[in-house]
Amino acid sequence: MPKKILLNSKKIEIILNRLVCELVENHKDFNNTVLIGLQPRGIFLANKILEIFKKDYPDINISSGILDFTFFRDDFRRSEKTLSASTTRINFSIENKNVVLIDDVLFTGRSIKAAMSSMDSYGRPKSIELLVLIDRRYKREIPIEANYCGSKIDTFKGDRVSVEWNDNINNNIIYIEN
Amino acid sequence: MDNISVDHLLSIKSLKKADVNLIFKTALHFKEIINRPIKKVPTLRDITIANLFFENSTRTKISFELAQKRLGADVVSFSSSSSSLNKGESLIDTVNNILAMKVDMIILRHPNPGSPLLLSKNTDSCIINAGDGSHEHPTQALLDCFSLTESLGDLKNKNILIVGDILHSRVAISNIHALNLLGANIKVSCPFTLIPKEIESLNVSIETDIIKALKWSDAVNVLRVQKERMEKSYFPNNREYSMLFGLDTNKINNIKKDILILHPGPINRGIEITSDIVESKNSIILNQVENGVAVRMAVMYLLASKLNLSIN
Repeated sequence: MPKKILLNSKKIEIILNRLVCELVENHKDFNNTVLIGLQPRGIFLANKILEIFKKDYPDINISSGILDFTFFRDDFRRSEKTLSASTTRINFSIENKNVVLIDDVLFTGRSIKAAMSSMDSYGRPKSIELLVLIDRRYKREIPIEANYCGSKIDTFKGDRVSVEWNDNINNNIIYIEN
Repeated sequence: MDNISVDHLLSIKSLKKADVNLIFKTALHFKEIINRPIKKVPTLRDITIANLFFENSTRTKISFELAQKRLGADVVSFSSSSSSLNKGESLIDTVNNILAMKVDMIILRHPNPGSPLLLSKNTDSCIINAGDGSHEHPTQALLDCFSLTESLGDLKNKNILIVGDILHSRVAISNIHALNLLGANIKVSCPFTLIPKEIESLNVSIETDIIKALKWSDAVNVLRVQKERMEKSYFPNNREYSMLFGLDTNKINNIKKDILILHPGPINRGIEITSDIVESKNSIILNQVENGVAVRMAVMYLLASKLNLSIN
């Protein structure tokens, strides 16, 4: 399958810094805001964002967690293979908190719907926002949009967008495969 | 993720090691879920489960029911005393009538060994064995081994002792099969009269000196003496059994090492185990109860994911 680079590491770095700036602009000191990375791929993006906060905004303390929503998905018993769960780690209540969900690619929107249902287990948040690195626009199957978006791209149905994260920031790449 | 290799959970003997590991991995996620402020997921919201208990049960029945409700399933339960079995209906007819009401999964406890197998061959439903006579009690063995794994890590080459009424215990047989799958060393300790013939063919060694056996072990699973299944007397009296095989402070102090204490319940305090040992720091008996819900959620989730969905 041909693999085309959508964003190279330099562009990703600029986008990540911009997303962090937007978050700071809206949430100020993060006193009542929590960041939640969505399993399995959103946690890498969440970690990169937390690294930037640590480096550029060391005075801001952010509560963060990771959320798996497998048991809330709407495609149980609709595929040959059993849906596989990942770890959830949320060591705080989200009752009355502003929650920012973080995922790498926004596609049909169904994962985000499942994630929002799953969050109910931890309380009733004051608000929920969504941050994504890539928005595959015009592919939504339910009415969900991101509040913070790294880059919007147009894709065909069979395309596959994959984000490769590396410890070295210079090696982060986003591909599209046809 | 791979699927579980079976369509029913009839016995541990029918499982592969990969199935047990898959159940444990899935149970870990469910354990996290049942410790959330809101302990429920909607995964099995389109599944109806019938709990058919033809024998008395407290913790297994409650554990299954809780697990089903935590998974969002619809649940119907009945016991044999209030069923039409008393009017002469056969097991298969009873179950087929229940299935006609669109039940997807059946949890069966029955005094006759092999009843779950019989149902699985004669009905169109997923069957989970919740204890069939003195044959097997697979979910109990899974939760026992899951609890052991939580405390001891990989059970390969760990020394696990089973003390008690091995002859009448489905828990013992299922545990032996599960521990063998996981590579543990297994020893049993009890009066010779309560040891089944040819148990050594299951890779089990026998030690009637309880102190020697305890010194050898990393964990001991204490089983109840099942008076209700005994047609004759297998030992002189409870007092003598308790002196020789009951776990008490003297015996535990005597071995001068820490070993984990398990008991599948119900406990006969003062016979097979004393209260101070039940409540001691090395006892993981209440962990077993909590893990029971998570493991049963995992088993039902994995089996339900193989059920055909007919929406079209």
